[in-house]
Amino acid sequence: MARKAVATQAKTQSNLPQFTPEQDLEAYREMLLIRRFEEKAGQMYGMGLIGGFCHLYIGQEAVVTGVTMASEKGKDAQITGYRDHGHMLVMGLDPKGVMAELTGREGGLSKGKGGSMHMFSNEHRFYGGNGIVGAQVSLGAGLAFAAKYRGDDSVSLAYFGDGAANQGQVYESFNMAKLWNLPVVFIIENNKYAMGTSTERSSATTDFSKRGASFDIPGEQVDGMDVRMVYDASQRAIEHARSGKGPYILEMLTYRYRGHSMSDPAKYRTKDEVTKYRQERDPIEQVKARLLEGGHQSEEQLKAIESEIRAIVTEAADFATNDKEPDPAELWTDITISA
Amino acid sequence: MPQILMPALSPTMEEGKLSKWLVKIGDTVSPGDVLAEIETDKATMEVEAVDGGTVKELMIEEGTEGVKVNTPIALVLGEGEEVGEGNRPAAQTGSSDPEGQSAVAEAATVPAEAKSSPAAEAPKFTAQNDPDLPEGVEMVEMTVRQALNEAMAEELRRDKDVFIMGEEVAQYQGAYKITQNLLEEFGPERVVDTPITEHGFAGLAVGAAFAGLKPIVEFMTWNFAMQAIDQIINSAAKQLYMSGGQVKAPMVFRGPNGPAARVGAQHSQDFSAWYSHVPGLTVIAPYSAADAKGLLKSAIRSPNPVVFLENEVLYGSTGLVPKMDDFLLPIGKARIARKGADVTIVSFSMGMRYATQATEKLVAAGVDVELIDLRTLRPMDSDTVIESVKKTGRLVTVEEGWPQGGIGAELSARVMEQAFDYLDAPVMRVAGKDVPMPYAANLEKLALPNVDEVVAAVNAVTYRS
Repeated sequence: MARKAVATQAKTQSNLPQFTPEQDLEAYREMLLIRRFEEKAGQMYGMGLIGGFCHLYIGQEAVVTGVTMASEKGKDAQITGYRDHGHMLVMGLDPKGVMAELTGREGGLSKGKGGSMHMFSNEHRFYGGNGIVGAQVSLGAGLAFAAKYRGDDSVSLAYFGDGAANQGQVYESFNMAKLWNLPVVFIIENNKYAMGTSTERSSATTDFSKRGASFDIPGEQVDGMDVRMVYDASQRAIEHARSGKGPYILEMLTYRYRGHSMSDPAKYRTKDEVTKYRQERDPIEQVKARLLEGGHQSEEQLKAIESEIRAIVTEAADFATNDKEPDPAELWTDITISA
Repeated sequence: MPQILMPALSPTMEEGKLSKWLVKIGDTVSPGDVLAEIETDKATMEVEAVDGGTVKELMIEEGTEGVKVNTPIALVLGEGEEVGEGNRPAAQTGSSDPEGQSAVAEAATVPAEAKSSPAAEAPKFTAQNDPDLPEGVEMVEMTVRQALNEAMAEELRRDKDVFIMGEEVAQYQGAYKITQNLLEEFGPERVVDTPITEHGFAGLAVGAAFAGLKPIVEFMTWNFAMQAIDQIINSAAKQLYMSGGQVKAPMVFRGPNGPAARVGAQHSQDFSAWYSHVPGLTVIAPYSAADAKGLLKSAIRSPNPVVFLENEVLYGSTGLVPKMDDFLLPIGKARIARKGADVTIVSFSMGMRYATQATEKLVAAGVDVELIDLRTLRPMDSDTVIESVKKTGRLVTVEEGWPQGGIGAELSARVMEQAFDYLDAPVMRVAGKDVPMPYAANLEKLALPNVDEVVAAVNAVTYRS
């Protein structure tokens, strides 16, 4: 199918992809966990428990949730930039380990040596957590190269933002990915602002789904605030990559409610814009409304889920607050492996 | 439920102004609702409710300046919650500590305080010695080029996770013919021609290494790897540490380094000192054919990212290489090329050519030179150098790179720190001149180190004139 046809079809489909109540419930849980976790992280940052840079995923939850639901957990690799907490939670990494890494404690996923932007799991096939904008795109192409080299049928899911989409190595990677038909899905999380610079001010063309056109990589724009649309498009893209047809681009139109990082006052956009997204497009509220309106869940049942999730987040925060700092001897470990 | 504390906008903020309340006592708030605006000299930020509830108290008046971080500013109670000492801190930290908010504030500042005990000492690196060669082993004369080619072919045969990628490595047989015949034996899946896209393929190879493959990345020259240096340092070198030991990058970045001949400033540069600066990398710069083979094989088997610096001028030089099934040399061990008692000369890679020729002249003139080839630049075999200087009391370093922050500068510092009392003369550096490489033949010759400069430096430190 031609790229244009796919994009047009996605936009004009009259029969929108639907979720079963079970899928809605799964998405609700995952997205709510991210939301509450990130709110808590923001709070702990404010208290000085988390240092340095801390980029929250609030508002963008539907993207990683929908993509991961369409992927094979534990088999398909995922890699992203520095806004990475949500990816780890949905992929099943321990919230306690994530939060303790944010507070720089020994029980953190990287023993407290990585921080917010640097967490990984070979077991879950999560490769970070990368702090240099755009670097994860080449690395993600490399994960796909390894999959093809081994013939292991896995797909690499490489996330990056609208800001990273203007980095040169992204196009170097697009070229090699198509040249060698690597099984990779490039997921552009377009939240409209690269730190404080809007896509209009940074990009000669703002339809990022077309950025693969000169490499013959198909792409589509997806409503990244609707987890069903994300899931549906991801299924298509992952199947394309897994079947040997090469890379695929998904541009997820999404929005972050918070600043770029905790120390960003977000003066470059209006309050009305943020409020409008929150009130009209919120990914979690959309699912919640469907669950309630369809009579699949009662208010009480959803409240019970909310309590469960709060307990998970509280446990994580508690652990991350009380866990020990790394042993000073850790300063000198994990630099190289002794042969 | 939660007592709201004055938040920090950044790791360095200590206090700020509570500029505006957006709620009043009795209001019901939901998670995410904006409670207040605070500002510092740098930024303005909104304080959002994390939990829902009813605003019971506003403890700081709006417009108050100098509110310390972690000062309670409001009390918001959820359904069925009551004001009580026990629940105040619990809501903020998840802790059940009954000590109250002072303990919270203290806990919050703990990570910023330097309460850790002093860091442990850096572990000392001890290199293994070269293996003894089997008795009567046949020594075969070959070029450095052949030695490198054999090393890769043997390792490709041995381990199917090893592959090589780079520009012109396959069909063209290598820009400098180091990968000759590899495509024919191992096929295009394992000998991969890339587009001219250093940043991209270096990053791609690092990603493949994360996933468990063992890439050899050939840069046509290290000059072009400047485009890829972010991936080498930020992705490959730091990955193990950042992941707390979980994710490895077992790979080799290799290609010709240092000045070639008459190719001008952008194609003539020695990156030895640059890469040797970076923890997490192993950096190897061999001189002889035997070292090239034994060390490249060890590099390919290393679980760490290795920067392997070859030299175009040396590719055609020959040396004796033992004919063995598996000739491996230890990474991190210097080689004493000549034992002597009067002065220590330390060099590596192409610098060894100048140093060797100078040594021949000096020995003929009656100076008993000890000549050391570092071979590996990181980890650096200080022990061998220090032991030698303790014996000779004099050190001359030789390299093609620029002097400032160079390998010679590093050796000089180490000798000062560890063998100062043994020195009978200042350490002297022979290095490339502190200029971009000129094109004109006469100027290029002046910019490079030469044998006479090495001889002059040795004469100076031995007080011969």
